[in-house]
Amino acid sequence: MKSILFFIVTCSLTNAAIASQKAILVQSTTSTANSGLYEYLLPRFEEAHKTQVNVVAVGTGQAIRNASNCDADVLLVHAKSAEEKFIEEGLGVKRYDLMYNDFVLIGPENDPANIADSITAADALTGIANSSSIFASRGDNSGTHQKELGLWLEAGIDTKPHNGKWYRETGSGMGATLNTSIGMNAYTLTDRATWISFKNRGQHKVLFEGDAALFNQYGVILVSPEKCPSVNAVGGQTFIDWLTGPSGQQLIADYQLDGQQLFYPNATTD
Amino acid sequence: MQDFQHSFTYAFRLVVQADATLLEIVSLSLRVSVGATLLACLIGLPLGAILATRDFPGKWLLTVITNTLMGMPPVVLGLLVYMLLSRAGPLGWLEMLYTPGAMILVQFLLVLPIVTALTRQIIEDSWQEYKEQFRSLCLSNTTTILTLLWDTRNGLLTAALAGFARAISEVGAVIIVGGNINHLTRVMTTAIALETSKGDLALALALGMILLSIALVVNALVYSARLRVT
Repeated sequence: MKSILFFIVTCSLTNAAIASQKAILVQSTTSTANSGLYEYLLPRFEEAHKTQVNVVAVGTGQAIRNASNCDADVLLVHAKSAEEKFIEEGLGVKRYDLMYNDFVLIGPENDPANIADSITAADALTGIANSSSIFASRGDNSGTHQKELGLWLEAGIDTKPHNGKWYRETGSGMGATLNTSIGMNAYTLTDRATWISFKNRGQHKVLFEGDAALFNQYGVILVSPEKCPSVNAVGGQTFIDWLTGPSGQQLIADYQLDGQQLFYPNATTD
Repeated sequence: MQDFQHSFTYAFRLVVQADATLLEIVSLSLRVSVGATLLACLIGLPLGAILATRDFPGKWLLTVITNTLMGMPPVVLGLLVYMLLSRAGPLGWLEMLYTPGAMILVQFLLVLPIVTALTRQIIEDSWQEYKEQFRSLCLSNTTTILTLLWDTRNGLLTAALAGFARAISEVGAVIIVGGNINHLTRVMTTAIALETSKGDLALALALGMILLSIALVVNALVYSARLRVT
């Protein structure tokens, strides 16, 4: 047993040594990772600051929980009320607006619930509910899931009695939920970045967009070094300052996929 | 059908071009899973042999528990190890979470019951047959166990391969404790899960084919080594 422990400890030590200049650990939402944004941004940061950035991409709910366990230096997610709660609980130092894009409702091309002509997102959801068209929900407490629940609330529709019927919770990430909704010809709510970078679109397309209620704000937070003494506060703050500063913001604006801009920087400098 | 064809050409192209990222991911997969399997054999082989040849109170229970743990869901084990290694957990000071070391640890724990349980059964069969002979020769316990291990080596090799198969193919445990971090803890299975979530099913399938081919090469190497020894 000793030799095993020794082996494992040596393994982790060598890894720590390779990643010297203490790496920054980011707990992130999946959309920013799946869209390739980090692969575009991080090499530029790493070059400028000689610090490696390690990204764990999970749903916003899980990202916040992992950060609450001190398993992160920086949190980059998109659920403002949950982020503010994180700060209130003293787990994070300060929340910065970073960038935004929007959510869209996607569905089968023939649009059986006829949501394309809806005026608001709530109307679109009402159309889906009234026609009992299949709707795939993330059901995983992610930022997208929280947004979706808010929209149902706005539409005044209780999905509980329909759960498992036309309202189906996949309990999975955005990508898996998109794969599922294409497989069962369902409507679903997705952030635009994930949809643009998604390759298995089948016959699905964006059917409703543009309502202000579909605004999708990303925030970035340094995990509190007071709550979590292990936090790499210097590195984490450097990364946040870079992201919200001119070079990070410009690069976010420059990032395109298939000729489309995915994220719009909107950090306020103070 | 087109997707399958696409995947084949995709896989072929990735291998032929010796894509740097692919090589990195493959090499980490092998290091983690081979490492975990070797460690599990180091402990599991003698442990299984002791379970097979010695009588002690609680032996029945220990055997049943080992057999049960063969069915441990990787995601549950991943969660347990995450809770141990998390900064908020008892082993947080090791700073092992999201490192290859943590991935070796979790796969080691996943493979250990498989190697132990299969070893126990293989050795027990042989032990029942030769028990009297061993006793009449008055061999020490250590010698007995070493002799039995050597005698049943072909069966034990298959047990080790079963353990390796479990390790190289699982995704639930390594994705939680490794975090699927690019250039640090991304292995074949977590890369496949990632590409699936990006909707790039052709690339995901291509990676799957490459993973299976690697397992094929490992098995072929082990089998040919086996033929030479016997």
